[in-house]
Amino acid sequence: MTVFSFYLFAISVITGGLFTVISRNPVHSVLWLILSFLSAAGLFVLLGAEFVAMLLIIVYVGAVAVLFLFVVMMLDVDFAELKAEMARYLPLALLIGLIILMQFVMAFGAWETNAAAEGLRAQVIEPERFNTESLGLILYDQYFLLFQLAGLILLVAMIGAIVLTLRHRVDVKRQDVVAQMMRDPAKAMELRDVKPGQGL
Amino acid sequence: MADFFTNTYLGIGLLTVGQVFLLVIPLLLALAFLMYADRKIWAAVMMRRGPNVVGVFGLLQSFADFLKYIVKEVVVPAGADRPVFFLAPLISFVMAMVAWAVIPFNEGWILSDINVAILYVFAISSLEVYGVIMGGWASNSKYPFLGSLRSAAQMISYEVSIGLIIIGVILSTGSMNFTAIVDAQRGDWGLFNWYFLPHFPMLILFFISALAETNRPPFDLPEAESELVAGYQVEYSSTPFLLFMIGELVAVVLMCALVSLMFFGGWLSPVPFLPDGFFWMFIKMLMVFFMFAMVKAITPRYRYDQLMRLGWKVFLPFSLAWVVFVAFAAKFDWFWGVYARWTVGG
Repeated sequence: MTVFSFYLFAISVITGGLFTVISRNPVHSVLWLILSFLSAAGLFVLLGAEFVAMLLIIVYVGAVAVLFLFVVMMLDVDFAELKAEMARYLPLALLIGLIILMQFVMAFGAWETNAAAEGLRAQVIEPERFNTESLGLILYDQYFLLFQLAGLILLVAMIGAIVLTLRHRVDVKRQDVVAQMMRDPAKAMELRDVKPGQGL
Repeated sequence: MADFFTNTYLGIGLLTVGQVFLLVIPLLLALAFLMYADRKIWAAVMMRRGPNVVGVFGLLQSFADFLKYIVKEVVVPAGADRPVFFLAPLISFVMAMVAWAVIPFNEGWILSDINVAILYVFAISSLEVYGVIMGGWASNSKYPFLGSLRSAAQMISYEVSIGLIIIGVILSTGSMNFTAIVDAQRGDWGLFNWYFLPHFPMLILFFISALAETNRPPFDLPEAESELVAGYQVEYSSTPFLLFMIGELVAVVLMCALVSLMFFGGWLSPVPFLPDGFFWMFIKMLMVFFMFAMVKAITPRYRYDQLMRLGWKVFLPFSLAWVVFVAFAAKFDWFWGVYARWTVGG
């Protein structure tokens, strides 16, 4: 049953990845990418890492991919031109792919595993502990400072992005929420008795 | 016989399919009457009669509507992206249904008792946005597209605060399993042991976020008929439209189930001398659904910028601050330990 599920998810990851690259419509590409993410989450579940699987779905599929989709839908893409471009860059892409494949083959071919490695890796999680708990212990206990540092870096990046893009222009009319809330009919409108044929 | 169902693949498969049907068929049947109840409550607030022609008191109205949708013609817009166009309502419907796999109705009445259940529901509900976006985009029409863009932004915004509220409950329980969350609310004081008292501000925030997450009024901007005709549903007709509608309503009922499990003790009895049971769960869900229906009737629609401001500038900071507060209260046993319920059950 596990083997069957593994092949199901693995095939759908690869199919998703493949169609992400070759589908002509960028929106379809993103949808295939989402399928690929979802299947990867399935593989995580099979590995017993259900917490990581759920996070993958929540963060990548639920938020990041939606924003991708957002952006891609807004783009005005000329498919014919895109296809011509693809034909032009295909040899280069194939070359890069081949190099990476060769590197992988060489790296994994020369990979020597310590006989004790499997046991050492397994030691991190105690058998009766859920993996959410073990992840929490590792992130917030053992590598607490590093985790905080990672958060700090993200915060700096976020503030940097805001500082770079936020410009206060004087000629733009801004919305003042408090002023909107404080408006009442007495201040906002005035009743005039307009005589016929005269106007204000 | 029992051996067949627990040991062979065929038996396990049949058993699972049977359980799924046992869940889905009552759910869809209940949905028909909930849709009717929704309309009746809405009508009562407006002093109308509501559906009252089909069947006694109009009870069969939903079934008549169902037949009507099924037999209508499916119209596909000329420039539509056909596969995505038909995939969108399916996603909307299926995602709303699969979340029920981890919802318990009673001790052990659950399809799949996984230990990240609440995260699973959260993940699935974050996937529901795809039905809306894909539907809006595939229609190749302006109003649906605008509606789907609105809805994507809205659902993502409110998911953030829903996630933080859920974290508060998880911190109090020490587990992400629904059975554990309900067990943690068990105590000698009946309903005073439930989470709605210590987590009261979050109950309100969760309810409002749930309204926004399920595109219910006053946050039904994706389908605001006065501005966008009907948002992402404009180009849909017949069964695909029905699937969208069912998916939306199932998501609402799922939120009702979540509120009753997380804040109102699920199947626990409100008073100590009455037995616990699934009927309490149903009663609580119905009460929350009644609130949902009332909100639809009595609130005017939000403006889009107000909606975004509420989500990001009010709900997000408040729920984040609440998570910090709950973490401290649970760790240091403030308030007689009401925030540290993992010592009691869970």
